[in-house]
Amino acid sequence: MTHLIKAAVMVGVLTLSACTNADRFDGTDAANLNDAALNSTNGINQAALDPSANPTSPQYFSQTIGDRVLFQVDTSTLTAEGQATLRGQAGWLQTNSDYLAVIEGHADEQGTREYNLALGARRANAVREFLIAQGVASSRIRVVSYGKERPLAVCSDESCYAQNRRAVTIISIGQNS
Amino acid sequence: MLRLMRLIFASFLALAPLSVAQAQEAAIDLGTLREGVIEALPFALPSFQPEVGGSEQMAADISRVVAEDLAGTGLFRQIPSSAFISTPAGFGSPVAYADWRAINAQALVTGAVAVNGNQVTVKFRLYDVFSGAEMGDGLQFAGTTDGWRRMAHKVADVVYSRITGEAGYFDSRVVYIAETGPKDDRAKRVAIMDFDGANVQFLTDSSAIVLAPRFSPTGDRVLYTSYESGFPRINVLNVATVQRQQLQTAPGDMAFSPRFSLDGRQVIYSLTNGGNTDIYRSDLASGQFTRLTNTPAIETAPSFSPDGSQIVFESDRSGTQQLYIMSANGGEPQRISFGNGRYGTPVWSPRGDLVAFTKQQDGRFHIGVMRTDGSEERLLTASFLDEGPTWAPNGRVIMFARETQGADGTSSLYSVDITGRNLRRVGTPQGGSDPSWGPLQP
Repeated sequence: MTHLIKAAVMVGVLTLSACTNADRFDGTDAANLNDAALNSTNGINQAALDPSANPTSPQYFSQTIGDRVLFQVDTSTLTAEGQATLRGQAGWLQTNSDYLAVIEGHADEQGTREYNLALGARRANAVREFLIAQGVASSRIRVVSYGKERPLAVCSDESCYAQNRRAVTIISIGQNS
Repeated sequence: MLRLMRLIFASFLALAPLSVAQAQEAAIDLGTLREGVIEALPFALPSFQPEVGGSEQMAADISRVVAEDLAGTGLFRQIPSSAFISTPAGFGSPVAYADWRAINAQALVTGAVAVNGNQVTVKFRLYDVFSGAEMGDGLQFAGTTDGWRRMAHKVADVVYSRITGEAGYFDSRVVYIAETGPKDDRAKRVAIMDFDGANVQFLTDSSAIVLAPRFSPTGDRVLYTSYESGFPRINVLNVATVQRQQLQTAPGDMAFSPRFSLDGRQVIYSLTNGGNTDIYRSDLASGQFTRLTNTPAIETAPSFSPDGSQIVFESDRSGTQQLYIMSANGGEPQRISFGNGRYGTPVWSPRGDLVAFTKQQDGRFHIGVMRTDGSEERLLTASFLDEGPTWAPNGRVIMFARETQGADGTSSLYSVDITGRNLRRVGTPQGGSDPSWGPLQP
């Protein structure tokens, strides 16, 4: 299963980069022209499987269901939107019972280091509690806080802070010990 | 005259109300006072004399570091040698006081340096120019040449101490987090340096996030938080061997924000379980632990009083981050911060009279001090993001980290004295954060 997914991801990445090249060089690249000719003469279009289209894939989990929820300033209260995302996550985790989850809690930079570590832990735990209440076994979920150590967006205003005040559900098979 | 200076220093260094408006934003030039109650004391330090051949460079280097230490306090001002009327004929020869009075030097430091192989000897004398007398006895320090900066710091410590009546702080080290790389991919390493940013050595690599190193009382070990297991845990690192081991804490999701007890045998820290962060104490040898707080609030950043009987910490049990003091064994705490804004990262001063803290108010960050009953709060700095104060061993200077605003923001170490004067950037080769100032070295 894991090997299959890895292979699918690799093909996906290769395909993506090929597409990017084709766009950038606007079809003037000889290799791309040949590929196009090959495809058309066969009358068969070949494309990599889109991993996010597979509802049991981690890509589907992170992209279609959504792997993260956002928080208001200095709170760990789940928003209605966050709860909707987490209901999706809980359903997915129940269907795909091989997967374990680590919830990563984060804070924006407007706070002291220690407090933000504790605040990130509150956020991660709020997600964990919600998933458990939705029926996910508590033994499948661990939490960790990064405080303000791992910002996604680097500007110093609310547009970035809003993205950084997050809890992200990282899924993996058999990684929790 | 210098005795008079002592009195002036005493009042200068004493607590005086300072408004937020006076809090400084930018570093000031070396050796100048921004809003001085007193003028910096002018001193002359003719380059120490090389006593044997081959000592010239070392004599010049040591002289420079002694003068930089003194001038760097903002309390002293070095008179340039171009103003000198005469120079000492030889170390210990009679002093031409009139020549030094004429250029208004109030203190004169003379010295001599001898290098023999890898050994160096530094001698010095301090003179009170206006009373025309030597101040204390001459001293000498001897050691290996690679420790020459420490000998210079020791000379400066004695001079500072004799003139101000306060203990010095120059021969001390600081552990901190050396930072490189952009905000969203920052590499952090535990590093150690002399108080002035010289002799930086790395104690860990940057393969895992490391945070907030804290010196043991004797400076032999360092506690810090590491993500090398994937989760925040506390490591104990031996400074001499760079060997590290994980601290045995109470069971929990994360452990962080550690500090040593005064005997170096116990550690107080924050432990998080089920999203709730409380303060615990663990015995290093036995691993036995005690829970010191028990509320649903965030309790973190504990710091012992110098006599070990109390702990100051931050809690948001009132709804916002505030400072509290409790017994070292736990129990009901007293809230001490009552101003507007949020208060965090309290650190008890080595003298026991003050608590330094980080304050967040109206979108700005400040380093401040207050008495341990919460009175006489004074903000020493103001910027986009100042945090994490640590005390010089004599309790007169605070070092902290300042992060600049925006996508290219970086963190640097700064120092400021407890009156809010003499804000200076510490010259570390990379970015820096989370400083912890160690003891005066023996």
